[in-house]
Amino acid sequence: MRLKKGGYEIFHSPFFVNKYEKIFPLKIKRITLPKNFKHKKMAKNKNNVVTKEDVVVKFVGDSGDGMQLTGNLFSDTAALEGNDLANFPDYPAEIRGPLNTIAGVSGFQVHIGHKRVYSSGDMCDVLVAMNPASLKSNLKWAKKGATIITDLDTYNEKAFEKSGYTINPLQDGSLSDYNIIQAPITTLNKEALKSLNLDNKAVDKSRNMFALGMMYFMFNWKQDKAFDFFAKKFKKKPNIIEANKLSLMAGYNYAETVEAMSVTYNVPAAALDKGRYRNISGNIATAWGFLAAAERSGRPLFLGSYPITPATEILMELSKYKSLGAKVFQAEDEIAGICSAIGASFAGSMALTTTSGPGLSLKSEAMGLAVITELPLVIVNVQRGGPSTGLPTKSEQSDLMQSLYGRNGECPLIVMAASSPSDCFYSAFESAKLSMEHMTPVILLTDGYIGQGSELFRIPKVNSLPTITPPIAMANDPDYKPFNRDPKTLVRKWALPGTEGLRHRVGGLEKENGIGNVSMDPANHQLMTDLRFNKVMKVADSLPNQELLGEAEGDLLVVSWGGTYGAVHTAVEDLIKEGKKVSHAHFKYIMPMPKNTETILSNFKQIVVCELNSGQFVQYLKMNFPKYNYSQFNKVQGLPFVVSELSDKFNQILKEI
Amino acid sequence: MQENFTVERSRNPLTKNDFVSDQMVKWCPGCGGHAILASVANVFPKIGYKKENFCMVSGIGCSSRFPYYVNTYGFHGIHGRANAIATGVKVANPHLSVWIATGDGDSMAIGGNHFIHIIRRNVDVNIMLFNNQIYGLTKGQYSPTSPMGSVTKTSPQGTIEHPFNPGELVLGAQGTFFARAVDTNVKIMTEVMFEAAKHDGTSVVEILENCVIYNDNAHTAITSKDLREDNQIHLKNGEPMIFGKNNEKGIRLGQMGLEVVVIGENGITEEDLLVHDQYSQDPGIHLMLAKMTLPYYPVAMGVIRSAMFSTYDDLVEEQIKYAKANSTIKNVDDLLNSGDTWEI
Repeated sequence: MRLKKGGYEIFHSPFFVNKYEKIFPLKIKRITLPKNFKHKKMAKNKNNVVTKEDVVVKFVGDSGDGMQLTGNLFSDTAALEGNDLANFPDYPAEIRGPLNTIAGVSGFQVHIGHKRVYSSGDMCDVLVAMNPASLKSNLKWAKKGATIITDLDTYNEKAFEKSGYTINPLQDGSLSDYNIIQAPITTLNKEALKSLNLDNKAVDKSRNMFALGMMYFMFNWKQDKAFDFFAKKFKKKPNIIEANKLSLMAGYNYAETVEAMSVTYNVPAAALDKGRYRNISGNIATAWGFLAAAERSGRPLFLGSYPITPATEILMELSKYKSLGAKVFQAEDEIAGICSAIGASFAGSMALTTTSGPGLSLKSEAMGLAVITELPLVIVNVQRGGPSTGLPTKSEQSDLMQSLYGRNGECPLIVMAASSPSDCFYSAFESAKLSMEHMTPVILLTDGYIGQGSELFRIPKVNSLPTITPPIAMANDPDYKPFNRDPKTLVRKWALPGTEGLRHRVGGLEKENGIGNVSMDPANHQLMTDLRFNKVMKVADSLPNQELLGEAEGDLLVVSWGGTYGAVHTAVEDLIKEGKKVSHAHFKYIMPMPKNTETILSNFKQIVVCELNSGQFVQYLKMNFPKYNYSQFNKVQGLPFVVSELSDKFNQILKEI
Repeated sequence: MQENFTVERSRNPLTKNDFVSDQMVKWCPGCGGHAILASVANVFPKIGYKKENFCMVSGIGCSSRFPYYVNTYGFHGIHGRANAIATGVKVANPHLSVWIATGDGDSMAIGGNHFIHIIRRNVDVNIMLFNNQIYGLTKGQYSPTSPMGSVTKTSPQGTIEHPFNPGELVLGAQGTFFARAVDTNVKIMTEVMFEAAKHDGTSVVEILENCVIYNDNAHTAITSKDLREDNQIHLKNGEPMIFGKNNEKGIRLGQMGLEVVVIGENGITEEDLLVHDQYSQDPGIHLMLAKMTLPYYPVAMGVIRSAMFSTYDDLVEEQIKYAKANSTIKNVDDLLNSGDTWEI
């Protein structure tokens, strides 16, 4: 029997109904016939299992479609299978964008691997698009030949109009390069949940689990893993557990039955170091790194912060851990965030403030105060696209120059950058350590991409982390003067209010070195300016040497910093495998730089600096090490690098050398 | 009224000399700041806290040089941010007695946001608001409290801005403590600061201060010898509101608000007068008192409001205590291993 509905044809499938009778009380009424549909006896697709080194899957749909949860469950399952992985949520600036529009599309990309995975991947092998708008906006991220799963029920005139399609993309031949699976997900899901007597809205909410069920089949995963997740996640909502279960099973069985998936994947477990693992996002890792530093240093954690995308999660996460003594102050504005932190630092806390670009601008004056008072403070800047409000939910590395120089006066501080979600843990820990041990503010740069992206994290033991020993002044120290310094490190002592015999004053006015009185003396200002700079430069003495991927000398040195590590590393690794004389230096410490930086730079014919800005780090390198041949590769689109554009660039440079 | 016992007491009695700093006081001769400094030196030893537990925080302006002139832990901040910095100090270490020296520019203009929010949160600090109705350190521009029409260097034809009444602002921000004093009366200033120190929560003491250079005699109508008894009323808790050269005038609550009445006229006796209740939780009368201005009313001095409400810093400690007792996450290892983890 053929029905006409919404301008496209719907088929009955005789065996499909039989199969589903086992699960559903009512018969499935209709189903599409996929393009490559073949009538044959049901058979497990064992023969078509393809073993893959890595697979990139992207889930996209309306902001309310639950794509983040779906992606997370997919990623968690892969993790349990022993895969290495990296994820990236890609959501719009609006909380719930208008339905069926491109503005409302929310996505979640998962990269799983048997091999080591360094980024959430460029182009996807599998795209799950819950409606036409999400297909339209994400098709460009699907590899040629990718499998695209989409909900046929959402393809109607109204949705085409809203998403900007003039004709049905499923019928105009525009998708002929892909393996497209048009599943009537909404209808089948409704049928699957009929027995539960839920309202339409609740039923449609579990469409995402139908799609996930199809993915479970595609990756040859056991469904009970998902059931375990549901049981944990919706502990108090048995109805939802049941609905999600039925949806997932229906999706799984549908995929198995229609045999639309000509191949299924097997991604064997990765060869990871032994240990206990978890999945962690950069922002959460940042928060935890600070908690670890507080425990290790014995200084209580104080965070003064104001919510701002994409840094808010750090504030929210730290708010949870009062049991660890963390004091979190949600300030009235960015300035109060940093100023309260400076006050807390003066009072002896391990002080933090977290923000993104616009907030960093507002904090500039107060950062100068922390520099001149020589108090420890970590300013985390989870970078986003700028200038001004810019691209709040997108990633960029364009605040580097601001971090280095964006304050009045000669105002040096430590600048460092985290390179991946799990590295955020160690970078946060280290920034707090350097800040306290060297009595100086530190700007820790992360970005929206690694802040929100997640990857596997091998859980360390806190007592295996380095010790942190802040230079706290002893009570009644007769020699205590606020600006007396350790001759080697130039670091002053931290005298905590409440301590006997150490009453002193600090402040924003220039102070006489040693004694600490207000001083407008020209020679003293010169001295203090030099001391503050040299104190920060001497931090290099305690930094590890800059590491290098590849040979210590060669044709091309690829330089990057911060959140671009994954893509750049992957691109260089591939070229090294091809025998090219390419190496990669990924910088974590920017001010000061590791001591062997110049040696590394000097051993290559050409240097290419890759960054998601118009060339800020390359300018900094040229300024500090002017005699080398620099070229640059930049992108300012709010998007991370893709491996292929990097490889193309490197190959092009190699040809020209 | 409960005293603040969070701060450790000094074992030895302290004197004025314990708080005198070795720094030269650089305010202009005749500046009201000198009198305020004297009051602080009087009151700090009386409060009885350990001298190491005082912390003085300031922003920018003439008032904000204050921390250099008292021998306590001190922090001279940046313009407008004293209240934000002090919040961090107090929350980080609730065992400190935190004092803020700020001015009408520092707290009412550039730092207005922090001022209202520290008050709203009721952080247990003491704010000394030096109100000279002018920008002194930048040499004579009008401030948010300059009366309308004030001729200053940036308002040659007179200001066209409606000024803030700090008391009104404090109570509007749900302030729990507001007092007013004049720089010429060290005795009342000292009393009021003592009360501020005792109050658990944000205490704001507005000090009408004279700037001899840029705004001399700004408060003369209130402070001059021949006018002050008629133009000020010194509020005392539990006492009827009486003022005037011969204590002949009083404040009565009429149907349309406060009224100045003369005792003995129209059958009015002391019984008819309003009795000051600084501890009342409801700020209604306190607001009316804070708003009294010349020429219809005398200006209220002394503690106008001192109401008990929970403080921000106490609640922070309480939540931490509760979480420590009840959370399964006792250390960072617990945290790292919480939730979904697996062995490889």
